[in-house]
Amino acid sequence: MSAQSANQLLATPLNALHRGLGARMIAFAGYDMPLRYAAGILDEHRHTRDSCGLFDISHMGQAIIRGSNAARALEALVPSDIQEMGAGSQRYTLLTNDDGGIRDNLMVSNMGDHLFLVVNAARKADDFAHLAAALPSDCRLEVLEDRALLALQGPRSAEVLARFCPAVRHMPFMNCEIMRTLDVQCRVSRSGFTGEDGFELSVPAGMADELARQLLNEPEVRPAGLGARDTLRLEAGLCLYGNDLDATVTPIEAGLAWTIPERRREDGGFPGAATIRRQLAEGPARRRVGLRIEGRAPARAGAAILRPGGTRAGTVTSGGFGPSVGHPLAMGYVAADLAAPGTRLTVDLRGRPMKAWVTELPFVPARYFRS
Amino acid sequence: MTTVKYSKDHEWIRIENGEGVVGITDYAQAQLGDVVFVDLPEIGAGLKTGAEAAVVESVKAASEIYAPVSGAVTAVNESLNDDPSLVNDSAEDAGWFFRMTIADASEPDGLMDRDAYLEYVEGLS
Repeated sequence: MSAQSANQLLATPLNALHRGLGARMIAFAGYDMPLRYAAGILDEHRHTRDSCGLFDISHMGQAIIRGSNAARALEALVPSDIQEMGAGSQRYTLLTNDDGGIRDNLMVSNMGDHLFLVVNAARKADDFAHLAAALPSDCRLEVLEDRALLALQGPRSAEVLARFCPAVRHMPFMNCEIMRTLDVQCRVSRSGFTGEDGFELSVPAGMADELARQLLNEPEVRPAGLGARDTLRLEAGLCLYGNDLDATVTPIEAGLAWTIPERRREDGGFPGAATIRRQLAEGPARRRVGLRIEGRAPARAGAAILRPGGTRAGTVTSGGFGPSVGHPLAMGYVAADLAAPGTRLTVDLRGRPMKAWVTELPFVPARYFRS
Repeated sequence: MTTVKYSKDHEWIRIENGEGVVGITDYAQAQLGDVVFVDLPEIGAGLKTGAEAAVVESVKAASEIYAPVSGAVTAVNESLNDDPSLVNDSAEDAGWFFRMTIADASEPDGLMDRDAYLEYVEGLS
């Protein structure tokens, strides 16, 4: 990358740390982000599954919504249950559009007196404009510009983080609380994007470098970049917005019907409810599936998925090599009649047909913390 | 006597007894990161200067490898099928990709020698 284009990118508060660690930087969603460090994606991936990886995800959007009707107001924009979330609980949900497509996927936490949102970097400008326009006047959206977001992921992360913040040890999965870390108030959630136990820490930008350095000083912790974040989430069967989800894909097609509880299915009252309820009743025309591809050549996003006879069945939306499973894997959308695990398909790899079959997701079983 | 020449696309070709052994440079493997698969050409396949000869899949992405000169494939490095990481560990030796005939013996003269290549790489950073 030329120096000029690097200058046009935004830097997270950890940019100097990444460069000092010898990271290979890439442009991602307008930010100068670490793709990998000296160890490389395979090592960073395996170390996160075995021990603990530290990821900078400060490019993601953070915001809070205040107002006594905040939960009810947000429910008008997402199909999940927000009003019945207890204080301290966190939920994965989707901003939908009028056609039932997905504007973004996000995390919402009930922090007691406000809702805390974490959204995708590439979608944050659009999301926040949408929220600001759609929320009623008794709700206030406050975009948190001066915060970093660190993800500590892997089976040793609770043990490591407890040295800084003892209360995390017994924190339930998908909870989010305000805790003191390095004498500063931080929003700590027990969640992540790797399929492992782990935490995300929303911290003031000014303390991010110090906290990251202290965490990296712990013997279990190694830095991990966006490359490992992608292979980890793919093995965990988690959707990446822009690849596996977009404005043309509905939650039902994406296999995310579990984000829509009974009350919301019955009452509707969110964008695209008619389409989504129809697909719930009749089944969607296509579904997201996991694919195992024969051999060692990875299929990448955009590769055509074909029926055994050679007619088009769908498209790969994420694909690569799974370091923990040791073979290529992919996710994509196929016609609903082909979505059953075990279905034989073909993936077109640069003009060469490769045998593939539908597999259960996730590829690697999740190891989230159970209290 | 063997000569090693380098292309601007970061392939090296070692010329031994009129045939060429081709791989990617250490600089190239470092840029690609962990290699997980190498799609090698068929033995006998014709190669044209600058046209795709192989594909390297790193964890992150697929990258095309171009023929540094024209000729035909006479052998491929089967070891890469079992252990693609040879490309990372030994890019300019055990991680070679294929062996080829050289249609025009003077064509490699147009490629860079080691010093010129190292200077070229210096200019990229």
